[in-house]
Amino acid sequence: MAGDSTADIKAHRLPEDEVDANFRDVHPPLARSEALIAADRCYFCYDAPCTTACPTGIDIPAFIQQIRSDNLKGSARTILQENIMGGMCARVCPTEVLCEEACVRNTHEDQPVRIGLLQRYATDPIFDQGTQLFSRKPDTGKKIAVVGGGPAGLSCAHRLAMLGNNVTVFNESDKLGGLNEYGIAAYKSVDNFAQREVDYILSIGGTTVKNGLALGTDFTLADLRRDYDAVFLGFGLGGVNELRLENDQIEGVEDAVAYIADLRQASNKAKLPVGRRVVVIGGGMTAIDIAVQSKRLGADEVTIAYRRGQKNMNASSYEQELAQTGGVVIRHWLAPKRLLTDGNRANGLEFEYTTMDDAGKLSATGETCEIAADVIFKAIGQNVAWSTLGDAADILELESNRIRVNEARKTSLDDVWAGGDCIFGGEDLTVSAVQDGKLAAIDIDRQLNNH
Amino acid sequence: MADLTSEFLGIKSPNPFWLASAPPTDKAYNVNRAFEAGWGGAVWKTLGEDPPIVNVNGPRYSVMYGNDRRVIGFNNIELITDRPLDVNLAEMRQIKRDWPDRALIASVMLPMNEDVWARLVPMIEDTGADAFELNFGCPHGMSERGMGAAVGQVPEYIQQATEWCKKHARIPVIVKLTPNVTNIVYPARAAKAGGADGVSLINTVNSIMRVDYDTLTMFPTTDGMGSHGGYCGEGVKPIALHMIAEIARTADTADVPISGIGGITNWRDAVDHLALGAQNVQVCTAAMVYGFKIIDDLTTGLSDFLDQKGMSAVSDLVGKAVPTVTDWQYLNLNHVDKAVIDQDLCISCGRCHIACEDVSHQAITNMVNGQRRFEVIDEECVGCNLCVSVCPVDGCITMQPMTEGTDPRTGRPIVAEKADWTTHPNNPMRDSN
Ligand SMILES: Cc1cc2nc3c(=O)[nH]c(=O)nc-3n(C[C@H](O)[C@H](O)[C@H](O)COP(=O)(O)OP(=O)(O)OC[C@H]3O[C@@H](n4cnc5c(N)ncnc54)[C@H](O)[C@@H]3O)c2cc1C
Ligand SMILES: Cc1cc2nc3c(=O)[nH]c(=O)nc-3n(C[C@H](O)[C@H](O)[C@H](O)COP(=O)(O)O)c2cc1C
Ligand code: SF4
Repeated sequence: MAGDSTADIKAHRLPEDEVDANFRDVHPPLARSEALIAADRCYFCYDAPCTTACPTGIDIPAFIQQIRSDNLKGSARTILQENIMGGMCARVCPTEVLCEEACVRNTHEDQPVRIGLLQRYATDPIFDQGTQLFSRKPDTGKKIAVVGGGPAGLSCAHRLAMLGNNVTVFNESDKLGGLNEYGIAAYKSVDNFAQREVDYILSIGGTTVKNGLALGTDFTLADLRRDYDAVFLGFGLGGVNELRLENDQIEGVEDAVAYIADLRQASNKAKLPVGRRVVVIGGGMTAIDIAVQSKRLGADEVTIAYRRGQKNMNASSYEQELAQTGGVVIRHWLAPKRLLTDGNRANGLEFEYTTMDDAGKLSATGETCEIAADVIFKAIGQNVAWSTLGDAADILELESNRIRVNEARKTSLDDVWAGGDCIFGGEDLTVSAVQDGKLAAIDIDRQLNNH
Repeated sequence: MADLTSEFLGIKSPNPFWLASAPPTDKAYNVNRAFEAGWGGAVWKTLGEDPPIVNVNGPRYSVMYGNDRRVIGFNNIELITDRPLDVNLAEMRQIKRDWPDRALIASVMLPMNEDVWARLVPMIEDTGADAFELNFGCPHGMSERGMGAAVGQVPEYIQQATEWCKKHARIPVIVKLTPNVTNIVYPARAAKAGGADGVSLINTVNSIMRVDYDTLTMFPTTDGMGSHGGYCGEGVKPIALHMIAEIARTADTADVPISGIGGITNWRDAVDHLALGAQNVQVCTAAMVYGFKIIDDLTTGLSDFLDQKGMSAVSDLVGKAVPTVTDWQYLNLNHVDKAVIDQDLCISCGRCHIACEDVSHQAITNMVNGQRRFEVIDEECVGCNLCVSVCPVDGCITMQPMTEGTDPRTGRPIVAEKADWTTHPNNPMRDSN
């Protein structure tokens, strides 16, 4: 059945300039004239629903009002004082389910104020010019270890530094930024924005960075608790969920997140090997991103197969539409049943049709179908890689395998806080990771410095 | 279709829309294009005595923008025509010959010296112009020379100059009034006393647009210095309407025909002017900003409006709203309005709440039973209309009169009879009858 005898995987499916064009800004920045019109649509709501919907609570009407009067520095300060990654969030937040969904304009006209793009308009000049908007309070003499240099860790570090504390960030990967650098779709964050943002965040001072050092490998949580006044954990999700099919480690089955990381680091994307027929298993942001990016690299047929219905997908309908208009086929109610193989590599999948009862329970109908594939990407979620993290799992209270925290993002230990993807009850979004880091920093500072 | 044909002081034009004396009527080329586009008449750019004045060679105009760079106010420091009189007169003669059905008005500004009027008025009339308009309004440049607003601010001068013009002219004389006075009725009376056939108003309002934020000079400047100018365009309409209505409702000036000017940009603005007493209207800024084509909206909009109101001619509309303009002291203090929010239209922006809460009467909720909801508290509402004004949704909040029961704010019964300030117990000077 499915699949030719040899897999069709190769680089340079598209000319380099076409690949370059495909990976340009999906949402080009607003020009001043566009921004002023967009800003004029804001009603300056009282107790604005958009602000409530923003996980970091940015005073959106206020920053838009500042855009109207060309007070861009003030506008950027309004944004960044609540969310130091306001620049990245302007690019990657699913605004259609956050601030823009809450916009009162939707009631009568189905067209919210373009908050994300306005946020980018206000913050871009700050990063372009490196304008320092914040200053540090007098030195508190306190030392805090931050594990993980992603959105959660960096947000925590910045706020702690602002409050006068001394921070050391231990980060396993070679670059800071976490998934901003290695995970976010390439066309959402162009021109090396992730690193420019990292540089800006560090430019306030007070933070020492140690890249290439990992909790569990190079030191233990106990070490950190001994050497620092407080510890913040923001190591994200290092493990990948498995398909749980027979033979699922076989060649031809790939991890979407790892492939995206390669793509994000590639200096010439056209050189990346791409399958002609790509099948993606999953229904979240990662599934959408790997599908769209495969297509943009030149894959011929890209199919997302998801085991539940359209409404159950974690990816917003806006993201789904982005994939579909980009030529990706999304098929629902298909659960992977069996890998089809040719010798020692996978060349397709057999799926079983599913159905859901009123209680939301999924069951197989018994009917099946096959889809041929040169590459199969698994994008069915990630987990905390506890086995690599040493003593942490043993001394922290967990819930569903993630770290349990209270409202202030403090763990079960009195000197350890955590945030971002690794905590239980989070939203697995950049913006929530930033909020976690900020809240933890405020609580750490309160506790250490007796405010 | 309603008939837009208009007659002002016996001067006929195919519609009541004239171009005001300004750049759009500066020369034959422009006026030709305007008439081709369909304008009913043109008041020629103000003529003066030779040698012609000179204009600055720097910025004459500056504007106030809305956010989308929509022009909402316009400032100018332009003077009257800077071309020789004979050139203007020859062009006017030609235009009147080519467009006999359109109104052509000669705007003039002459010094306070009867000899000049005696000499120039017949010469200008000879072009075939339908009327004179005396420019007593120009707020800059000319007033420094004892003309324009310098005349318009002194009723005696207005009367004198009007008398001279009337004496030497056979065609009607319109006096154009400056708004830069404390009470517009005085210059209107003076014009009437001088024998004017009608008045036109307003000319521009003294203004400085803004400063330059880099140089902290006023803006704009010519070589670093600026001078006040005249403000016009959309922003001045309410000022014009008030002045027109004052003349139209004051007993001894009510019979003076008015040509309304100031801020007219669309047909609705024209309805405002006409209903408050103007017999026809003049337009300058809107034409300068958008070109002559706006005449299509002005004419079709007005015509459809008249149809909708069951009116067959522009004259049916003239002055319709004048009887509803009165002095504050005669307003019915027994009448009680309350704001009413249509919850089906409400988008929950909360603008009404914060406006009433911060600056008015704390009469709108923001929470009801723990839910975000905006409701008027009748016990507090004074009916001020602030919430209606700030609500972004048309028709969502309305003012509704109470017709029975008691006003929950004051506890006083709603009564049908009227009572105003003149008889109010708090008025120390009330009529005691
Ligand atoms: C493919 C993909 C696309 C996404 N797209 C979006 C999007 O468009 N919009 C959005 O809002 N969110 C998106 N997300 C989610 C978002 O990226 C994450 O929610 C966010 O990055 C979480 O931040 P974090 O700081 O918790 O973890 P991470 O960003 O994962 O950062 C963790 C950091 O910790 C370091 N680290 C890991 N283990 C150790 C250790 N043992 N010791 C020391 N350091 C360690 C890592 O090197 C890394 O720098 C996406 C996620 C993926 C996977
Ligand atoms: C650039 C400019 C030049 C003007 N020149 C004259 C003029 O020469 N004579 C005159 O009577 N009014 C002049 N005006 C005033 C206009 O005729 C008109 O009274 C005023 O602009 C208000 O109308 P509007 O709001 O439609 O512009 C001028 C106005 C402008 C903007
Ligand atoms: S009319 Fe005035 S007092 Fe009444 S609710 Fe509205 S804003 Fe408040």
